[in-house]
Amino acid sequence: MDRIPILKMGNLLLVSIQVDLHDQLALDLQDDLSERIVATGARGVLIDISALEIVDSFIGRMLSTIASLSRLLDAETVVVGMRPAVAITLVELGLYMPGVRTALTLEHGLALLGAEVRVSRSDEDEIDDAQGDREPDGLAGYAPVRAGPGGGEPATTGAASRGDGGRTGDR
Amino acid sequence: MDVGDVGDGWIEPLSERDEVLTRWVERVAGDLRARLSVPELQRELGEIYTALTVALTAGGTDLRAEQFGELRALLADLSSGRARQGFTPRETAGTVFALKEAATAVMEKRNVGYRDYVRFSEFIDELGLFTFETYVRTRDQVIVEQSNQLLELSTPVIKLWEGVLAVPLVGTLDSARTQMVMESLLEALVSTGSRHAIIDITGVGAVDTQVAQHLLKTVMAAQLMGADCIISGIRPQIAQTVVSLGIEFGEIVTKATLAEALALALRRDGFRFVRRAAGAEIR
Amino acid sequence: MTGMDSQRHPIVTESDVVRVRQVVRTLAVAAKLSLVDQTKMVTAASELARNTLVYGGGGEMMIDLVDSGRRRGVRAVFIDTGPGIPDLDLALTEGWTSGSGLGLGLTGSRRLVDEFAIDSSPGVGTTVRVVKWSR
Ligand SMILES: Nc1ncnc2c1ncn2[C@@H]1O[C@H](COP(=O)(O)OP(=O)(O)O)[C@@H](O)[C@H]1O
Ligand SMILES: [Mg+2]
Repeated sequence: MDRIPILKMGNLLLVSIQVDLHDQLALDLQDDLSERIVATGARGVLIDISALEIVDSFIGRMLSTIASLSRLLDAETVVVGMRPAVAITLVELGLYMPGVRTALTLEHGLALLGAEVRVSRSDEDEIDDAQGDREPDGLAGYAPVRAGPGGGEPATTGAASRGDGGRTGDR
Repeated sequence: MDVGDVGDGWIEPLSERDEVLTRWVERVAGDLRARLSVPELQRELGEIYTALTVALTAGGTDLRAEQFGELRALLADLSSGRARQGFTPRETAGTVFALKEAATAVMEKRNVGYRDYVRFSEFIDELGLFTFETYVRTRDQVIVEQSNQLLELSTPVIKLWEGVLAVPLVGTLDSARTQMVMESLLEALVSTGSRHAIIDITGVGAVDTQVAQHLLKTVMAAQLMGADCIISGIRPQIAQTVVSLGIEFGEIVTKATLAEALALALRRDGFRFVRRAAGAEIR
Repeated sequence: MTGMDSQRHPIVTESDVVRVRQVVRTLAVAAKLSLVDQTKMVTAASELARNTLVYGGGGEMMIDLVDSGRRRGVRAVFIDTGPGIPDLDLALTEGWTSGSGLGLGLTGSRRLVDEFAIDSSPGVGTTVRVVKWSR
């Protein structure tokens, strides 16, 4: 395989990394994603790394870069499915991926994006303004179910407060 | 009778397989008081005897030599098997030493000289020592495995609420145990899809720098995975240690009690707690 | 400590770095490392192999299983005959990179393994040896 496939789901892009990435493949993904964000007007990017057995500093940097790039292009990125062994290793490596938001599962990731991206139900790239004040019922189950006003917020604070704050580890 | 090198005269008599092997099995069966059956011993010792005589016929008595590979493997199986079955080291090495007495009769019958007999005896001693070493190594392994199992048992991850897991830690925390906790907690977050983890250390006596670092790393790893991790029950003494060690708990959320930690986790999930008015019906 | 059947693997292309990760994983499993320890060793190897390729201009990895009598382990040695590292202290400073990396490869992989030794002379090349033991 010479390209990682990017799927479009409503106004989200979904990338599921299924292969042991060599460096060029990772760089290509970075380029492809920014192009697709612009071309589709996507507001969110989900990167599923549950199949990745390791994340080293190169792949870690790729994820950070994708997060920053997409933010500049007005799309929010969430990395989902990081394995425990990978997370433990990253902490030891000293790579805390500042600025990258993460979620345990694809579902949690969708909820995180749903809370602020307002996922559209159709495949139209344009977001229906009439829906502006409603919960994204088209993706019920993805949106934070119990959220009252501001209820979606807690889902984001955990990750956001992390920001670059993960760097408290002192060794 | 063959005239071999001086000192090798004990090898040829061992070709009287049936006689030596029968005695060997008898002796071992007696020593082990029927904890292993005679047919079992016949098979086990028979294989060893074959490997022994084949290797000796190939020449040389250096146990480390290539031709003794099969024998070493069989002896290793024997002693690790015995170690796991709970036989004592004496019983295990005794199985090998019994070969000495078992072979004495044929040695006498064949007029094996004193020098040769001593060489034979030394060789069997070496086999015995090898067996003993393997035995000890296996016991070490068994101990490690058992203490790992104990560790796993002593660090249960419990579900407090849908999406909220907790590990209540009790006793002394060492590095190995803390690491084990870290791994099982993170695994449990994934397998249950829980977004909140609480590490409760109310029952922990003291923490050293390393343990504190491990706790910190657990929290950071959980955050990297997209989960929230709260530490509850830090007692004043531990807080002082942590502060005096200069460990930064800055970004880490801590709560005084497990109950408060649970309340926080639930609030983060959008729950609100409201006390019913007095007299309201409780179902 | 005794070594058994050492294997050599070239590190000349990016796919070689991927292959190195797979080989290290296989041996880490054979040495009975825990899943976390396997992951740490593979990650360290990935960092070091990339350095061999990017900074060392290519080279090779020698890898074998080691046995201390009590524990088993995996030993990997990354060798190149590239420009070498003029200032080792600097290269071993967290976050320092002469290229565009994060500067975590050497310092990070040192934390991920149990034994770490680096030997480098300008103009001659660089050798990094790492060992990870089973618990
Ligand atoms: N095999 C090597 N040959 C020459 N220089 C090296 C080698 N490995 C590492 N270095 C030097 O050490 C620096 C730090 O390496 P590392 O910690 O892996 O960070 P990074 O790869 O992000 O630069 C590199 O930038 C490079 O200058
Ligand atoms: Mg590097």
